[in-house]
Order: sequence, then C-alpha cells, then structure tokens
Amino acid sequence: MRTETLPPETTQAAIPAPPSPARAFWLAFSENRGAVVAMGILIVIALAAIFAELVAPHSPTEQFRQFSKVPPFWMEGGSWRFLLGTDDLGRDILSRLIHGARVSLAIGVTVAVVSVLIGVVLGLVAAFQRGIIDTVIMRSMDLLIAIPGLVLAILIIAVIGPSLTNTIVAVTVVSLPRYVRLVRASALSELGREYVIAARVAGVGKLRLMFVTVLPNCLSPVIVQAALGLSEAILEAAALGFLGLGAQPPLAEWGAMVGDGREFMRSNPWIVTFPGLAILITVISINLMGDGLRDALDPKLRRT
Amino acid sequence: MFFFFLRRLALTIPTFIALMFVTFVAIRLVPGDPVEVRVGERGISPERLAYFRKEMGLDQPIWKQFLDYVWQLLHGDFGTSVVTNEKILKEFLALFPATIELSLFAILFATLIGIPAGVIAAVNRGKLFDHVLMGSALTGYSMPIFWWGLVLIMLVSEKMGLTPVSGRIDLVKYYFEPVTGFMLIDSLLSDQKGAFLSVLHHMALPTIVLGTVPLATTARMTRSSMLEVLGEDYVRTARAKGLPPSRVIGLHALRNALIPVITVIGLQIGGLMAGAVLTETIFSWPGVGKWLIESIFRRDYPALQGGIMLISMIVIFINLLVDMLYGAVNPRIRHAH
Repeated sequence: MRTETLPPETTQAAIPAPPSPARAFWLAFSENRGAVVAMGILIVIALAAIFAELVAPHSPTEQFRQFSKVPPFWMEGGSWRFLLGTDDLGRDILSRLIHGARVSLAIGVTVAVVSVLIGVVLGLVAAFQRGIIDTVIMRSMDLLIAIPGLVLAILIIAVIGPSLTNTIVAVTVVSLPRYVRLVRASALSELGREYVIAARVAGVGKLRLMFVTVLPNCLSPVIVQAALGLSEAILEAAALGFLGLGAQPPLAEWGAMVGDGREFMRSNPWIVTFPGLAILITVISINLMGDGLRDALDPKLRRT
Repeated sequence: MFFFFLRRLALTIPTFIALMFVTFVAIRLVPGDPVEVRVGERGISPERLAYFRKEMGLDQPIWKQFLDYVWQLLHGDFGTSVVTNEKILKEFLALFPATIELSLFAILFATLIGIPAGVIAAVNRGKLFDHVLMGSALTGYSMPIFWWGLVLIMLVSEKMGLTPVSGRIDLVKYYFEPVTGFMLIDSLLSDQKGAFLSVLHHMALPTIVLGTVPLATTARMTRSSMLEVLGEDYVRTARAKGLPPSRVIGLHALRNALIPVITVIGLQIGGLMAGAVLTETIFSWPGVGKWLIESIFRRDYPALQGGIMLISMIVIFINLLVDMLYGAVNPRIRHAH
C-alpha cells in the first residue's frame, strides 16, 4: 500500500522495516474496534478507581441520614447532589460505585497476578521435573477443578472467615489450576523443540532453561488467560460479596452492594441496579479486551 | 473402549482420596472447639468434654480419625447435621431433586436455544442477526447472575406481574406429599388440576437465570464450530453435489460441528452447581445450593463438609460420564493417551 505513494525509483529501497513488537501488537490489537472501545472504558474505570478520593463527590461511608433512599437525579424526588441516588443508610451510591471499582479491580488484578506467578512456577516445575512431583502437582489441580469454583471458594471462606483478603485467597485458589495446566502443557510442547535442545547442549542450567529459554515462548496463552481470568475473578468475588461471604461492611464492594440492597429492590430498585450494572459493564469490557488480546497475541487461537 | 473406561475410572481414585483429605482437614481448621460447636455449650465441664471427645472420636490419633472418616464415607455415612441431627445424606437427597430439576431445565434451555441460534449466526455471518447474537452472548457470559436474577424479578415478576417471585409451586392452591422430589412429576401424580402448570410457571425465571451463561457459551461455541466446519471440503462437496442448503447445513455440517459443542455443554455441569447456589438463594428454591449457604450461616460444618463432598463427587462422576460419551463418539480421544 505504502509503496504506491512513493516515487518509482525508491520502491526497491523502501521495503519498510518490520514494526517493533509493541507496534506490531498494537496494529493487530487496534484492528478489533470493540476491544479498543473496551480498553477505553476500562482505562476510565481504572482512573476512577485510582483517584477515587478526588473523583467521588462524597465519602463512600458517610451517611446522610436525612437523605436516605433518594432516587437518581432524573427520577421524581431525585437531586443533583446525589446523581445516582442514595442507599438505605443515606450513602451516595455514585461515590460507593467509584470506590467499589477500586475494590473489584484490586481483587481481579491481585488474583490474576498471583495466580499467574504461582501457576507459572508450578507449571514449569511439573513440566521439567516430571515423575512424582509432576503427579502430585497435577493431581492436586485435578482436585481443585473437581470442586465447582464458587463451592470451593465458599469452603475456603468457611474455614478462613469472610474478608477482602480471604476473598482474594479463595478466588486465587479457584483460578490457579487453569494456569498450571496451561503452562505445563505449553512448556511440554516447547521442550522437544530444537532451540531447547540447543540450549541444553550448550550447557544452560535448569533454572535458566525454565525461566529464560522456555517461559517467554509459553507466555502468550498465559497472558490471554489472565485477561479472561480477571473477569472471572471479579465475578466470583462479587458473588461471594453478594452472599455475604466476601468483603465486609462498610467497605463499598459491588457484589455486597447488590446483596445489601436486595431487601429494598421493590421500593428502591436503583440501590440494586447500579452496582450490578457496574459489574456487568466492567466484565464485558474485560472480556472484549481479552478477545482482542487473544487475536493480537496468538493468531493460532484466533476465532474463526 | 473397555480399557479406556477402566483407565479413566482409575484416574478418579486419587482425586477422591484427595477430596476426602481436603474436606477432613478443612473442617479441622475451622476456628473454635469442635465439641463446643457440636454441643453448643460454653464453659463445659472437663468430664463432659472428655465424654463428648470420646463419643465424637476426637480422643483418637489424627490418622485414625481420618481412616474412620474414610471408612464412614465408604459406607455412605456423610455425617450428621449439628442443627437438625439428621443424617446429611438424607437431607441432601431430599433437596437434590429440586437442584437436578432446575439444572436440567437450564441445560435444556441453553441447548435448545443456543444451538439453533449459533447455527443461524454462522450461516448469516457478518449480518445483523450475527452481530446481535454475538453481542447478547458476550453480555450473557459476562453476567453477574445473582444481579440478573434480581433484575428479572423486578421487571418480570414485580412490574409486569408475569411470574411468581419465589418457590417451586403455589402452596396456597396446591399441596401434595413429595413422591419423587421432582415437582413436575409429583404434580402430575397428584392429579390436581393446574398444579403442573403452576410448577412450570415457577420454573420459568430460575431456568432463565441459571441457563443464561450456558446459553451464551453454547451459542458462541456452536457458531465458531459451525464456521470452521462450513469451510471443510466435505461441505463444499455436498454443496457441489447440489444438495439443498438445509440438508448441507443440518446434516453434513451440524453433525460434525456438534462434537466440540457437546464437550462444552458437559463442561458446564460444574459451573451449573456453582450457579445453582446463587440462583437458589435468589429464588428461595429449596435445593442443595441454598442449603449449602444456609449451613455456613448456621455454622453447621458437618453439613457443609458432607454437602461439598457429595456435590464434588457428583460433578466428578458426571465429568467422567461426559468423557466416556465423548470417547465413545470420537475415537481420536480414546486413542490419544
């Protein structure tokens, strides 16, 4: 395409240099318009979460007792002071949503990062050691997969008690097996390749072989899985919060906000509606962006 | 085939042992003295403490306790609830039909709508229907279903007055003793006019809520599998032979496209149990999911332990069954290992 605009004598020399990896990634990623829009929405949510104190009009826990259950501004009785209304305790819903973004994103990101780190180590060890260690690791993962995700999380919470940190622990354990299996499988398929054999022949140590030689070639599917795992972690943490087994009051957490607002859903539906919408929009955006990442990073996995 | 079956069965044994180990350890990690939790007395006298410790087998060494636990499980004893003093297996089995009924309907809902929708989207790739379906599917599997259930109750039950808010049947109008535990069958057996319809009416919203994520996944999977198959040589051959499109799509393409779809539907079973916990809680549906959550809040740890053991065993068993079916249908899987 570009050569057409160039004068004929330069065409030979004007073969463009291959784009840098980052630019190549961006070119492939931006082909998917939905993914770019989703990324924009996520950036806005993330900024709101980071600068929650500056952005939120009120404190998430301040109770305006005389303004309990005020509807959103466009409804009758609503006011500009509380754009999305207030809950039963007179707390500003918009402010709680903004602070809740911080909680949900923190849970999602922490779970994704920690499970990737542990998953990479366990998966690589299983692939390289084989034998009894491999068996123990993989059978433990089979066990974790056999118990349905939320049920396993509930069991863990029942033992260690409900709190924000424990939510992260429970959801991490639930999401771990996927990464271990993924890393082990891709490491195993790399192990027979020439470059690995060459590295071995050259006398590269085991640790270097694992983390420097093999790992970078297994990372694309792991990154894609982490992006999609992020949305699942947010959904699972919200479900725990809804059941009263996640973040505890007065912390503003989206799932817990839906759960707490449940008894008022007939008379004051906005208390339930907005936190759920916040979860939905965030998760849709993450999934859309995950699809874009997959298409850009791993052409093999590309959807037909 | 037989050896494939045996090997697959043998692979579940370590998982079972590990499962017993985990539930055994988990319950011992719960804070609080098990005797106090069980007996409900504080400041219990040393003699009574010793008596209960002996009765509950807590005076035995830990490995002996574990073996006892395994022994009991192998004999179908999943413990006794500390709240109702009923055998946990009995409580579970009384509630389980409600969960099966709901899950079966959710899977049916997902399959009957998801597969045709996926096929139509694949055939009309890039057209309006395809875009609308893919958008809805994305929304569907991103859905926090506990919120979705509440939204549907607010809109369909409260605003439009179309469906009941909770429960399995209109208890004011109909009453009968459970025979099978499956309300649809029991209502027919009861010979009460309208009871069957009332049960269906009560199932509508919970089915939609529990079926939403499987529906979205099935539709997406069918679409992408179908698109792949439509590009294959044998489909082109069938077209070239002059077969009508309905026959090409319905017979040649769909039959082959369905293999991965069946696996995906099978893989949803575990997710369904997790979804049932939320759906049953929202709709006061008297199944094992709601019971599990309630036992946490009642601090009924034996019930939680036994319930999780039973649910996991069922999920493992169903996954095994799906694997077998898949192996029977697709020889490539059978010989892969």
